[in-house]
Amino acid sequence: MSLKTKNLEKHFDGVHAVDHLSIEIKPGVITGILGPNGSGKTTLINVISGIHPIDGGEIAIGSQTFSSIKRHEVPDFDITRTFQNVRVFEQMTVMDNLLVILSSRSVLTSLRQRATPKQLDRAQEVLKKVGLWEKRNSLASKLSYGQRKLLEVGRVLAMDKKINLFDEPFAGMFPEMVKRVSGILQNLKQCGKTIVLIEHNMQLIRELCDYVIVMDAGKLLAQGEPEKVLAQKNVIEAYLGE
Amino acid sequence: MDYIFHLTTLSSIFAILAIGLNLVMGYTGLLSVAHAAFYGIGAYASAILMRSQGMNFFVAMGLGVLLSMGVALLIGLVLSRFDGDYYALASLGFNVIVFGIMLNWEELTRGPLGIPGIGKPKLGDHTIFSNMEYFFFTLFFLIIIYLLARLITRSSFGRTLKGIREDETALQVFGYKTVYFKLAVFVIAAGMAAVAGSLYGSYITYIDPKTFIVMESIMIISMIILGGLANNRGAVIGATFFVLLPELLRFAGFPPDIAAHMRQIVYGVLLILLMMYRPQGLFGEYKL
Repeated sequence: MSLKTKNLEKHFDGVHAVDHLSIEIKPGVITGILGPNGSGKTTLINVISGIHPIDGGEIAIGSQTFSSIKRHEVPDFDITRTFQNVRVFEQMTVMDNLLVILSSRSVLTSLRQRATPKQLDRAQEVLKKVGLWEKRNSLASKLSYGQRKLLEVGRVLAMDKKINLFDEPFAGMFPEMVKRVSGILQNLKQCGKTIVLIEHNMQLIRELCDYVIVMDAGKLLAQGEPEKVLAQKNVIEAYLGE
Repeated sequence: MDYIFHLTTLSSIFAILAIGLNLVMGYTGLLSVAHAAFYGIGAYASAILMRSQGMNFFVAMGLGVLLSMGVALLIGLVLSRFDGDYYALASLGFNVIVFGIMLNWEELTRGPLGIPGIGKPKLGDHTIFSNMEYFFFTLFFLIIIYLLARLITRSSFGRTLKGIREDETALQVFGYKTVYFKLAVFVIAAGMAAVAGSLYGSYITYIDPKTFIVMESIMIISMIILGGLANNRGAVIGATFFVLLPELLRFAGFPPDIAAHMRQIVYGVLLILLMMYRPQGLFGEYKL
């Protein structure tokens, strides 16, 4: 499923965080979104996932086009995400963090339902995949920063959507965790999922991404294959300055 | 012994109130200062229906619960537009409005004179009259409410409430229309408060608007903070402690009139100490 933005705009108090941005995220590949701090990468993901309302332009998901997206409708568009600043449910156990993702969204059904064996099995499978099974009964607040990032990746796996937005998932992770999450992203790609990866580590970008989009001041600066784009003079200047 | 049954009956009534508010505040993280309003709606509705219509206690209580839940649905729709401090202030405003109605709609509520002579519940031909009987009668309702709250908090719905408390925005991005869950728990808690109100009116046989002021809501909040947020057992223990504290102070040698003032001071000091050293309360799982 493809994801496109057409002249997308988002501004805060006159500052254009996303400025008439038109990009296309190709289906079934890993697309890296790069750019210096403040270039609008996270704002872009926040707009796509309904955290911030769209100020102008459109988002096209598959064959449908939208000028506004409500937060609770985001999974209906087959989109899910992680957050740059970790937003796990701190005073809930690791297991409950996943079960809440796997539970019914209906008030009446959820009132009648406790965790089903199917949900418990799925939560176990995901927690083993992200290496947090041993921590399943710990409060999320007791996890290290890297483990919380892993839990966020786990929630994305539990959501099982076609378009997966990862906002700096490797930040604060030990090398082993980075290796584990890299493997998860590659697996998702092999399963035909669309992945958007915001990342500052150029080595990871080169290893994982099939395509990169570079943003600067809310605008599209460059796009293409990682090796070619990262060698472009304007991209190097945007990162390192003149 | 009769006096002990009196105290335990009051403890049970306040425990029902605390369990209901704990669902909204402890589990969902919504600081509602409106709980005494629903307590009052339940008390007034059943008292008026019993006195003017001669209704059976259980029918009057049922209608009181329905009325309270209906009002909660409407108010909840308004409150769902707010969160954090604004939610607390808006709910406080609602409690003030309900108090104003109880005080000023004299044709219905008899205003500041209150409603005396509220009937006692009847089981068949038997009227529940003695303190001991009323204690077991109230305890029955407390057990039902406790089990209901336990069922709710252990369900997927209860887990979702905790998710709302922790990060409502994140939960929405995962597909939850959280307003429905907040409304549902608010309405359930209002129904529980109305049960407590009906029991209280019928037990004391007299109600007036002063029983349902904002301070009463704050006292129920204090009960669950003391006992422990997001813990049903904690809510019961907090309510019991608050009801028994004046008696404990009396046993400590304070005259009754001073004990009443001391109670406020002890409540205040306890809350400050809890916030400093155990913000989740005695048995709580959630820190404010």
